[in-house]
Amino acid sequence: MKFGVIVFPGSNCDHDAFYAVTTNLGQKAEYIWHDSPRLGDVDAVILPGGFAYGDYLRCGAIARFSPVMGAVGRFAAAGGLVMGFCNGFQILVEAGMLPGALIRNRGLKFVCREVRLRTETVNSPFTNQATVGQILRMPIAHGEGCYFADGRTLDELDAEDRVLFRYVGNPNGSLGDIAGILNRERNVMGMMPHPERASDPLMGSTDGLTIFQSVLHAVVRA
Amino acid sequence: MTAHAPEVIAQHQLTADEYGKIVAILGREPSLTELGIFSVMWSEHCSYKSSRLHLRKLPTRGRLVVQGPGENAGIVDIGGGYVIAFKIESHNHPSFIEPFQGAATGVGGILRDIFTMGARPIAVLDSLRFGRLDDPATGARNRRILGGVVAGIAHYGNCFGVPTVGGECIFEPCYDGNPLVNVFALGICKKEEVFYAKAAGAGNPVIYVGARTGRDGIHGASMASAEFTEEAKQKRPNVQVGDPFMEKLLLEACIEAMKTGAIVGIQDMGAAGLTCSTSEMGSRGGVGIEIELDRVPQRETGMTPYEIMLSESQERMLLVARKGREEEVYRVFRKWGLEAAEIGVVTEDGKLRVRHHGAVVAEIPNRELADEAPLYNRPHTHPPRAGLIPDLPVSKVQRTLPTLLGSLDICSKRWIWEQYDYQVRTNTVAGPERTDAAIVRIKETGTSIAISLDGNGRYCYLSPREGAKLAVAESCRNLSTVGARPVAATNCLNFGNPERPEIMAQLVEAIEGMAEACAFFDTPITGGNVSLYNETLGEGIYPTPVLGIVGTLKTAEPVTIPFKNAGRAVMLLGGIGECDDTRFGGTQYAKEIVKQLWGLPPALDLGREQRVQFAVRRIIAEGLAESAHDLSDGGLAVALAECSFGPNEIGALIDLDSDLRPEMLAFHEAPSRILISTEFPKKVAAIAEKYEIEAPVVGVTIEKGIEIRQRTITLGAWEIGALQTAYAQAFESYVR
Repeated sequence: MKFGVIVFPGSNCDHDAFYAVTTNLGQKAEYIWHDSPRLGDVDAVILPGGFAYGDYLRCGAIARFSPVMGAVGRFAAAGGLVMGFCNGFQILVEAGMLPGALIRNRGLKFVCREVRLRTETVNSPFTNQATVGQILRMPIAHGEGCYFADGRTLDELDAEDRVLFRYVGNPNGSLGDIAGILNRERNVMGMMPHPERASDPLMGSTDGLTIFQSVLHAVVRA
Repeated sequence: MTAHAPEVIAQHQLTADEYGKIVAILGREPSLTELGIFSVMWSEHCSYKSSRLHLRKLPTRGRLVVQGPGENAGIVDIGGGYVIAFKIESHNHPSFIEPFQGAATGVGGILRDIFTMGARPIAVLDSLRFGRLDDPATGARNRRILGGVVAGIAHYGNCFGVPTVGGECIFEPCYDGNPLVNVFALGICKKEEVFYAKAAGAGNPVIYVGARTGRDGIHGASMASAEFTEEAKQKRPNVQVGDPFMEKLLLEACIEAMKTGAIVGIQDMGAAGLTCSTSEMGSRGGVGIEIELDRVPQRETGMTPYEIMLSESQERMLLVARKGREEEVYRVFRKWGLEAAEIGVVTEDGKLRVRHHGAVVAEIPNRELADEAPLYNRPHTHPPRAGLIPDLPVSKVQRTLPTLLGSLDICSKRWIWEQYDYQVRTNTVAGPERTDAAIVRIKETGTSIAISLDGNGRYCYLSPREGAKLAVAESCRNLSTVGARPVAATNCLNFGNPERPEIMAQLVEAIEGMAEACAFFDTPITGGNVSLYNETLGEGIYPTPVLGIVGTLKTAEPVTIPFKNAGRAVMLLGGIGECDDTRFGGTQYAKEIVKQLWGLPPALDLGREQRVQFAVRRIIAEGLAESAHDLSDGGLAVALAECSFGPNEIGALIDLDSDLRPEMLAFHEAPSRILISTEFPKKVAAIAEKYEIEAPVVGVTIEKGIEIRQRTITLGAWEIGALQTAYAQAFESYVR
């Protein structure tokens, strides 16, 4: 299969995501420039981490207006798989493709450390190779990763089984310990931790590969 | 033109003699703009006028050195068709005035130095010095400076997308009014794709790219060349403001533009901005450069030629393109949304000619301006001597170890490094506090680069010569302890006012010591930075030369600090070492328990040091060590505790055969010692014998706790959890 990795000005985990799905997962990938109105023939799209457009104003607030986001929206509406990691998650939330908001960490500082995630649902194309309750180790690296939403949204996420991962040991103050969520149609996901940094044994964990393998499984099966 | 008034010349920090030399070079009185240009180019910061004569003593050549000092960064061949570019630079003065932006732009400046050579930055480390955080009088300010500096480094590096993988952070009262912020950066590129900051080809266009020029940072270079006074706090407008997003775009655009083949030479605009980049590029190429300031993109209106030439606005680059191929360059910069403007042309006459509204406002020969600043052989006498050996109180090892583990210099700096993204680019094989040296892999070649920054102001105060040698030895030892072979070095020389003969003596002796050690370990200095006038209100800092040494190793799972399994032999490569009351005076024990500084630094035997390093590299290459950690601050007991802080909390029972006093035995800091745990003590012993070093088995790893005995008598026994709490949580209590 083929992944598309979106490159915004200021993306800095684009190369890492590309490396993870090509070298570590063994699939094809291509970069998609932010002003491209089309995605081309990709099977799934990754919005990588970084500081798109400098994250000025608010994380992801400018990136949501870039031309490629129109194409990403149409791709998702047609059922395409979309993943946002870290800054990518922030952009998807700003674009209204996922509910809630990501605000300043409760500790008011950027935090880079390995965290443990509890897999909450395997009913998704991003976790079908995991088991419910499975603990995945991977790093976070963000200053604005505190997941925030109103009570109704949180209830909805729970009721519709749309929480993908919760932190074991909340590092940033996220409500409900939420680390990653799905949209209602279950084909768009966002998470603050970095699976692409946990896809190579030399980087200390390969638990992130579970997510990419799930996507591969979902695409190949389809 | 008439002669400038003496006070105008003095304001530009030029002496009467220097002014006379300017008049001789020009054959006339300089204009105000020309005076400004000379003042920054001949400042200590840009010209190294007090240090250059002595810097020549440093070894700079080596088999693997592709580019030594004189360019934006040193270049070293790592094989497989790739080279690394690296350098360390200080941003001390700006970081005191405005900690966040001062540190941020320090990172920005060194990153540009790396990618201006065509290399993509893949690692940053920083060496920091602050006043004590717990000082009743100055602690609050020191905490504010620390917080600002760390946040500034994090802000810039994280956003730019380069991992900050390690460094060091030390606290002393002498850095109260003069923190040190030294930033090291390293990048990689293909050997044939290195770019140099050299102009060539008369008629070729000179192109300005990146951020617009504003009035920020004017005279930054000369500010960094003066002592601080009370008025220095008024200099805040002299500190620039950084934009890491702009820098990230500049990186991508420059790397892409370089691939077009349309660029002849390129240099970043750092200290002394447009002045420095034009005259240095011209001087290196033996050509002239003529620019029209009206074409320089400007952020503010009504800027004078003086202001435009001296501005230190950040995120700007100057490049020379091949005539007729400019459009290829412009196309790339347009793609990245960056401004690029042709501001001038390369000429044959060797002069920097600056026009404003068409009229010539400065015309100076490049070579004289860039390379012929007056050099001073400043008088140097003897470094200040430390006090005599005080009455040494008896302190129990049992109580002292937790105290030292929780002391500012030794305790975990997690609070700092967790604010840095140390993993982006997924090359960080070993990040902060996992190993003695940071390790980043090179995906393209299967090799990894190990990096260590080291400096010890206390040792250097006691003996600048021995202290500098010890810093080189320690840095090389840190690399060897992870199995890397040291290949080259960069240095940042932080000293006080060179016009004082005793300070100049510190500088001269430190350089000579460093030269001797770098030659011995075959780690040539490929570039660096000198930061003088680190004094506030007449109080100088400890002489603080910082070494950044890089080494190479095969990419593999690293041998880390913590013990992995119980029942392994604990061996001390290099032996227990020697110490006496005199050599005990520079240790962390002296600092934290005796609260004094005296005597001499630990004694270093270069030959023995090297044999220990050869041996440990052999041991690691043969896969015999399960863990490895060198002994440094806090000596054997502290190293032993740090080895026990792994996820499995494996400790050790140690019994030492020595005549030393217990606290000296536990905490002395003799170099050339490395603690390893191994399943194969006989094989290790055989290697040690081959390299003629001591390698006693001092104990065994155990499931629970740490115990240190001296000839069967227990000096101390601890629960690992309690020690770890002291070590891990101390810093947070200091910054609160």
